[in-house]
Amino acid sequence: MRMAGQKTSRTIMLHLVAWLLALIWLVPFLGVFMASIRPLSEISRGWWKFATFTPTFKNYVGAWNHPAAPISRGMMNSLKVAIPGTIFPVLAASVAAYGFARFSFRGRDFLFIVIVALMTLPQQMIAVPLFRIINKLGAVDSYVGLMVVHSAWGIPWILYFMRNYFSALPVEVEEAAKVDGASDWRIFLQIVMPMALPAVASSSVLQFMWVWSDFFLALILIYSPTKLLATQRVPLLRGVYHVDWGILAAGSIIVMTVPIIVFVLMQRYYIRGMVGWVSK
Amino acid sequence: MPVSGTCPGGDSVGQTRGRIFFFLPALILLAAFVVYPVINTVWLSFQTPEGEFSFLKNYAEILSEPELVDLRGFKRGFPYGALIHNIMWIVIHLPLTVMLGLILAVILRDVKGGAVIKSIIFLGMVTPMVVGGIILRFLFDGSVGILPSFLNLFGITRRTLTAHPDTALFALILGSLWLWTPFSMVLYSAGLETIPEYVYEAAVIDGASPLRIFFLITVPLLRPVTGVVITMTFLWVLKIFDIVYVATMGGPGGASNVLALQMYMYAFRQFNANAAAVVATFLMIVALIVSIPTFRALRGDEA
Repeated sequence: MRMAGQKTSRTIMLHLVAWLLALIWLVPFLGVFMASIRPLSEISRGWWKFATFTPTFKNYVGAWNHPAAPISRGMMNSLKVAIPGTIFPVLAASVAAYGFARFSFRGRDFLFIVIVALMTLPQQMIAVPLFRIINKLGAVDSYVGLMVVHSAWGIPWILYFMRNYFSALPVEVEEAAKVDGASDWRIFLQIVMPMALPAVASSSVLQFMWVWSDFFLALILIYSPTKLLATQRVPLLRGVYHVDWGILAAGSIIVMTVPIIVFVLMQRYYIRGMVGWVSK
Repeated sequence: MPVSGTCPGGDSVGQTRGRIFFFLPALILLAAFVVYPVINTVWLSFQTPEGEFSFLKNYAEILSEPELVDLRGFKRGFPYGALIHNIMWIVIHLPLTVMLGLILAVILRDVKGGAVIKSIIFLGMVTPMVVGGIILRFLFDGSVGILPSFLNLFGITRRTLTAHPDTALFALILGSLWLWTPFSMVLYSAGLETIPEYVYEAAVIDGASPLRIFFLITVPLLRPVTGVVITMTFLWVLKIFDIVYVATMGGPGGASNVLALQMYMYAFRQFNANAAAVVATFLMIVALIVSIPTFRALRGDEA
């Protein structure tokens, strides 16, 4: 009897601790959300106080049509970079990953390890020469330049991720197709890729989130006020004489919604992509 | 079936040659926009701004600049320099992320609604770090932030924690913990699922206490995950930039400056490409050293 009682109290404790932690984790988000739907006068008194509570949509409108840095424009710009910046590297890296998984040639493993090592690079390591190259190509302050850089930057980890996936696929089907005279490309496109769609989805979701969330590369390559991406615009929403927390919070939430929607829709693939680091 | 011109492997010569097109797009992109810039940065790091080859002299000079290492800090307080700040960040953040992630994963596995809590915590992981920086700035703000108001209940004067030299870095570290712990939680949760149920059942039959089970079964079996968490966390903290840029810009007076931000300042504010290259190369070397054990493990997996 005593054992059972101990166990119940332990379970209750566990639940209390768990929900307390959840609350702690939620508070900063809750604060930003509350700030985004309340007028500045109420935020100044503390967003957690509800003596008066007048929910308003004004901050969102303000951030969306902000005179200096409209978030609406930033969202469009970010999509223009993030969509091709996801499709290109996933295609290029998948094709190469298949090569690394199935074709043998001299120096293959060494080349693969070099590419994997590139994953650890800090972006700072390429920043200065990259700016000079893109400048020479006349692509500074253009989305093509930024998109190409994101593509190159995303390739190592997508390649690594996809190669592991391809390596785990049974090789028999491909061999049978080869005996029937199918070319490498046919086998890849018609047999392997359809089987690899979950992995393609995982790497696309992660790559999209990273490009969408990127700040550093955009910061060094895009500078025209009209061309700034969503992440670059958020800090600009601060007011001039005082910090306009409502608008800043609303802008933050607008920019967050895209990754959150992608995450909710593709949760399975996102987690799988992240966990791919531990499980082979 | 074409028989003529077959390689030993059973592939025709033309086909084998065509295989290079599988690799070309990826390799060209990598060579032009990653590998060449890396080599160029290393080269720049050996040169003085006047274009003279100075090899490691640059490193000695730049790494002893007060922006990077400020020994006076040990007498007077912040700033200690970006390098020291990065070290402090890692020393504080790393063990806490590992412990919190592990504890959260273990607790939430057994708790009703654990999946919901995980989703809430996971929000930090999908938040763009720029937004994360704004949220932290708001959280720590002296007049509208909830944390200074909460601390005020215990008699601590309300002030913007990110705007004072003695608290700015610690505030950011706390914030980065909030944003990054979901990562280690998710990896540990996935790791827990790979531990078979019968291991626990056997332990319970043997009368092991929950704590003993945790330290003698769960922790050792999760060691490979811990390795990945430590490496990835180290790399993430080493490269931390966005939240510092947005929340404090390294301030006040350099009190929350970090290496990645200092590199940006050198390169794009002071236009000293060589100093920037030294800091970047230094970051890269540390990152490579830290990742070596993980690479070893990855290679071991393949065999």
